[in-house]
Amino acid sequence: MNNLLVLPILIPLCTAVILMFLKEQVLLQRFISIFSGILNLVLSCVLVSRIHEKGIQTLHMGGWAPPYGIVLVGDMFAALLVLTASAVSLGILLYSFTSIGPERERFYYYSFFHFLLVGVYGSFLTGDIFNLFVFFEVMLISSYAMISLGGTKHQLRETAKYLLVNIVSSTLFVAAVAYLYAAVGTLNMAQLSQRIAETGQSGVLNVIAVLFLTVFALKAGLFLFFWLPGAYSAPPAAVRALFGALLTKVGLYAIIRTFTLIFTGDPHFTNGWIAWMAAATMILGAMGAVAYNDIPRILNYNVIISVGFIAFGLSAGTPDALDGTVYYLLHDMLGKGLMFILGGLIIAAAGTDRLSSMGGLIKRYPLLGWSFFALALTLAGIPPFSGFPGKVLIIRGGLDSGMLTLSLIGLGSSLLVLYSLIKVFRLAFWGNPPDRELPKVNLKGGTAVAAGLFVLVIVMGLGAEWVNTYVSQAGEVLGSPRLYIEAVLKE
Amino acid sequence: MEWMMAVAVGILFTVGVYLILSKTLLRIVLGTSLLTHGVHLLLLTMAGLKKGAAPVLGNEAEAYADPLPQALILTSIVISFGVTAFFFVLAYRAYQAHGTDDMDSVREEEQ
Repeated sequence: MNNLLVLPILIPLCTAVILMFLKEQVLLQRFISIFSGILNLVLSCVLVSRIHEKGIQTLHMGGWAPPYGIVLVGDMFAALLVLTASAVSLGILLYSFTSIGPERERFYYYSFFHFLLVGVYGSFLTGDIFNLFVFFEVMLISSYAMISLGGTKHQLRETAKYLLVNIVSSTLFVAAVAYLYAAVGTLNMAQLSQRIAETGQSGVLNVIAVLFLTVFALKAGLFLFFWLPGAYSAPPAAVRALFGALLTKVGLYAIIRTFTLIFTGDPHFTNGWIAWMAAATMILGAMGAVAYNDIPRILNYNVIISVGFIAFGLSAGTPDALDGTVYYLLHDMLGKGLMFILGGLIIAAAGTDRLSSMGGLIKRYPLLGWSFFALALTLAGIPPFSGFPGKVLIIRGGLDSGMLTLSLIGLGSSLLVLYSLIKVFRLAFWGNPPDRELPKVNLKGGTAVAAGLFVLVIVMGLGAEWVNTYVSQAGEVLGSPRLYIEAVLKE
Repeated sequence: MEWMMAVAVGILFTVGVYLILSKTLLRIVLGTSLLTHGVHLLLLTMAGLKKGAAPVLGNEAEAYADPLPQALILTSIVISFGVTAFFFVLAYRAYQAHGTDDMDSVREEEQ
């Protein structure tokens, strides 16, 4: 029992409610938001170190012992994700101050921001599969509001599509939960895992597993990503950064959790599905990233490629690959947040998102240019940045389990990531500036935030050995569900 | 009893999917709400149908209904209320902005 576990959910929730009453006091809203963000960052550091020393922490909500009540479970994987999410969201919050504009600030932007975080942290920490659905919905409803906030034609159209896709997938989620409850008779994840291990994973459970995979793949953008490039190009850059860094990752977290903890009985079948979906995602995502010529779409397809790569790590399933999956997931949250912030700064500096009418930015914004170049290297997985250790571990795991084709696809997609981002770098920063009047914008604040996140990326890359002590603890629990079950059901 | 529920769920899903595939935004919203109704009935049915007892387990209770599906459905109904309300407002705003609620002509505008 550890009350610390509920605080990452409670703090943003209270912050969001308080902010609703401070509609006009934008400065006060900003101050409270920063305070809440820093508090959460500190608390999640404490949580990670507590779990590092004492193992998995649990909290029985309302005093109901599992499997009867809802239980919050903090294993290392969840805690590291909460920590990274709170660091990235703090960075994006600071970037929002300079980029989001007073209209949105006055219309509850910061409230939605914190409600979204409630959903994200809750999804990471819950140990009950129906509760996972509830936190997903909290997150999604905030994201609908954030995409449509501003109310331009483009935003309304994209929100309608995004909303419809997510309502259908949530409906399937409830249906999958119903089938699972009928088949196994419980919704507590630890007990589900225990019972399925006892009875074996029969055909019915395989069908349910595929249904869950479909639901989470829709949310994560794994193969079923047709909605993602459009939806993520509608809102302003800060919201895109938040979505790119957190939303798809929550879907991936759900896939990793369900397929390492619950549906472990028939790995050949489930991992086969995930592996081929991952391959298709990487190939199609890379095609999109190379094909388009506007910055938002190139960045969105880069999100898709990394979703495929992480799913590949999961499907390889060796201890190395699972460590790598955790590592890469953490790196990708930082990397994608940073990518959208830098992308937003470039669009603001050039006054357009078309690469064909950009050029010569390096003279005016050298720091921005070279950080984008370094980011391209980071996302392609070149040392000393944080993409390298995760990529190496995943590829090694893939080769160990004999998935040569997929490993090659993974490496090839990294090359195309590099190509697509260097294309942005070349066309936006080199060459001659366009003839038209360029907007005079002050990008110092945004660049400073990006630099801060960059420090984290480099720390994760250079301190890989130190980070790995935590990551391997997370990977260990993913590799042996027994540890999770014992921690949850012991009392 | 179960087969009747299964047929009802099937009809709700069919009608819901049919409405979602139509062109008018309003019909799409109604389709999603029918779809969620269908899934709530499914949840009720999958947990096993019983009659004759309240979901209270006392010391001398001879029978009781499983309270969990009811709690789940209640939660899910509340969520779908919220989402449907949001969708209606969004559909109305989209109608105002585009001047039409026909998804085909909205799409043409995009290109």
